[in-house]
Amino acid sequence: MSESGAAEPEEAAAAADAARRLASEARERVHFEEEALELADQVYRVARRMVGTREEAEELVQDTYARAFRGWRSFTPGTNMRAWLLRILTNLNTDRGRKVQRTPDLQPLEESDYYLANRVAAVEGEQALEQEQVVERLSQGGVVNALAELPHDFRDVVVLVDLGEFSYAESAQILDIPIGTVMSRLHRGRRILKKILAEESLT
Amino acid sequence: MSDGDCDKCEELLQAYLDRDLTAREVAIAEGHLDGCDYCRRRYRFEAQLRRYIRISASERMPAGLRAKLAELRGPAAET
Repeated sequence: MSESGAAEPEEAAAAADAARRLASEARERVHFEEEALELADQVYRVARRMVGTREEAEELVQDTYARAFRGWRSFTPGTNMRAWLLRILTNLNTDRGRKVQRTPDLQPLEESDYYLANRVAAVEGEQALEQEQVVERLSQGGVVNALAELPHDFRDVVVLVDLGEFSYAESAQILDIPIGTVMSRLHRGRRILKKILAEESLT
Repeated sequence: MSDGDCDKCEELLQAYLDRDLTAREVAIAEGHLDGCDYCRRRYRFEAQLRRYIRISASERMPAGLRAKLAELRGPAAET
């Protein structure tokens, strides 16, 4: 639009600048997407134990990645991307949970921290606790079913810490709850889990 | 070893394995474990149980999911 000779190089420079910025942003996005995809297996492992079926877990992970790829600019580079993805995932899972009619969670009674070991010792003798394979008698299906039976508030924390290997602080951030709540849910959740395992495996 | 010491040791179990105790509490737990087979066996059992839970509840991502996720990416960047 300008007819003065001086403006044209300026416009060209601005256009080149904008193009460079776009290209640089596209590179950042691709970098983000690749890093996120590297984490997919770890994200899935956590998701799988938070929902009932493989299909639900796949769907939840896909919804998580769709939202993450749209909202990639809100991720701060250099922070924990796995925790960031799990934050999206647990939010989506909570929204989803509110839509389906759910039965109120029962709060099973919990026993002490030594409960399962004491039960094993009572059934198989104190020396059984020394054996390398003692826990493997609690069958694999037993652990998966026991986790599924945990009330979901407890299960989410147990899955994040014990399967996802997130710290208390990271789990608090992911679930948006205070760290003290993470600790009490984790401790109670593990006790309930051990009680379920004892009932399923040692009767 | 009095039962009170075992109760205290049981109370410290989870935080001990989570490495979430103060140095003083670690010293209390380890001081007791040194002389108490009963608690030592239960700590060991708990550590094995946690490892077992992690391994047996961990399920690999289904084949094909990664490709589905890759399809959700934005438009390919121009080089």
